[in-house]
Amino acid sequence: MTTTVTTPAGSAIAPRRRRADDVAGLGKARAGIFVAPALIIIGLFLLFPAVWTIWLGSTDYRLTGLQAASPEFVGLDNYVEALTDPSFWNSLWLTLIFVLFSGIIGQTLIGFGLAWSVRNIHGWTKSLIEGLVLAAWVIPASVASFLWLVLLDRRSGTVNGLLGTQGTAWLIDHPMESIIIFNIWVGTAFSMQLFSSALSAVPPSQIESAKMVGASGWQQLRDVIVPNIKGHILTNTLLITLWTFNTFTPYLVTAGGPNGKTEILSVYIYETAIPGGQLGLGAAISLIMLLINLVIALAYVRVSRGRTKR
Amino acid sequence: MTSTPTPTSTPTSTTTPPVAPPPNVRKVAANASLRHFLSRVAFAIVMTIVGVLFALPMVWLVLAPFDATPSLTLSWPDWTLDNFARLFENPYALRSIGNSLLLGVATMVIVVGFGALAAYAMSRIRIPGRDGILYGLLLLSSIVTGTAAMVPTFQIITQLGLINSYTGVVLVLAGGILPTVIFILKDFMDSIPKSYEESARLYGAGPFRILRDVVAPIARPGLAFIAIWTIVQVWGNFLVPFILLRSPDLQPAAVVMYTFYTESGQADLRLISAFALLFSAPVLIIYFVVNRRYGFRFHGGIKS
Repeated sequence: MTTTVTTPAGSAIAPRRRRADDVAGLGKARAGIFVAPALIIIGLFLLFPAVWTIWLGSTDYRLTGLQAASPEFVGLDNYVEALTDPSFWNSLWLTLIFVLFSGIIGQTLIGFGLAWSVRNIHGWTKSLIEGLVLAAWVIPASVASFLWLVLLDRRSGTVNGLLGTQGTAWLIDHPMESIIIFNIWVGTAFSMQLFSSALSAVPPSQIESAKMVGASGWQQLRDVIVPNIKGHILTNTLLITLWTFNTFTPYLVTAGGPNGKTEILSVYIYETAIPGGQLGLGAAISLIMLLINLVIALAYVRVSRGRTKR
Repeated sequence: MTSTPTPTSTPTSTTTPPVAPPPNVRKVAANASLRHFLSRVAFAIVMTIVGVLFALPMVWLVLAPFDATPSLTLSWPDWTLDNFARLFENPYALRSIGNSLLLGVATMVIVVGFGALAAYAMSRIRIPGRDGILYGLLLLSSIVTGTAAMVPTFQIITQLGLINSYTGVVLVLAGGILPTVIFILKDFMDSIPKSYEESARLYGAGPFRILRDVVAPIARPGLAFIAIWTIVQVWGNFLVPFILLRSPDLQPAAVVMYTFYTESGQADLRLISAFALLFSAPVLIIYFVVNRRYGFRFHGGIKS
């Protein structure tokens, strides 16, 4: 660099140096044009609603009635109401269990296990297994929900038929377990696909040399595979946790019942704001949900940032 | 072995140990191959169980639509196509499938188009604070979800006069999906070697041309993934159209499916089963065709 500065043809250097960064000759202005449409849509329909939640959460806005026409500012009343309500804390606890077991443990581990298991087999077995897992993911949520209602039906469901447990109402006796397994069934495909591609990108030479020095399957996994796919593991965990925390699909299976036993936070907000009509209170709980999301996301971003800097 | 402590023994004792190993080695080899065989069997059993568990809920979806008298119990159907004939007579069913398609494709076009442009620019230009913007976008997409932003979104769309219109639904869906798309695609674009673009530029190709003819083909697995992912998201999305659309004529299949099994007193299984299959089939077919064609993986581009 220092030597090139001394050359008299200064004008010739600038483009060359720019080319190192900007290979397609895009230029800053055109890059701005490329980025703008996406940012405008995101700004208007994602960022602004989030900010709007803060205002809405501090009003007594209702779906119908006087407060619908002219909502009044009530300060922190909604937050006090939510935070002193045991059903809110119950909902938060249920959400934690749901995310932990169906998202972080269930989907990630089973997804990785599947990707790991089918990585070396080829042909129809692999296609079949992957196809079934993917199909569960692709089937629209409202159809998947109905399929599980059929599967777990009290009188004539397949599960009761196979287990010989006719009359067992799974969705009433074990509602949380049911939606956890349901959500694993729905979501595992994403982890499987992501880990599958991650595993295929691990340099075979590294695995070969590990094998040559006699590393066991577990050692290969720990010392070669995991370090290679760390980024994917993080990305996967980040997305799965947040998607599971924010999923609304269990509502289509259990509608939050029985007696609020599956009323995870997303369902709780819906129940409060739409059928309950308390939009102000709903917005206040939404903001709490947004803040929890923010904390989780920030933690992961920090972890992944620390990783890339190293 | 026991004789070794006695040093007075004849040299023959030292020769015996080398004779012993061969049967041992053979036994170890036999053990290893047996263990290998057993582990293969165990592996096959486990994979079969996993496959069956994943398949089980879907069997009804495949059989019931073709059964003359479908029930909730799995049974070999009394084959018929009457259920579909019945479905085609139902005005809501078919229209809602068309509505879903319209919403999915419209959102996909916006998301892939704008997402790819933004991701490419962010991958190739050092915009000040680029990483900050990217992380900000990722944060935003993570924290502001359809459920969490349900109430304010409804308000804003009402204020804009977009309630009960597809424009509102598509924009809200696109806004929610775009950040994740940009994040994934930017990662993907980063892994595409710049040497291709350099040589394309040397031959006089402009940025749009390079994006279209050089970057897009290489990024195709990523773009295909995003396109399908978007359609699947929109096709199955229940909450946004449910909140933002009023008239039954505009409702997509996801909402109509739900109303079919919740709002009708006695569920009409002939209609529901056929509708469920018809509603699921397009996504399944498109998805698996694309999956076969593109391999559907984040390959991370060509290593240069």
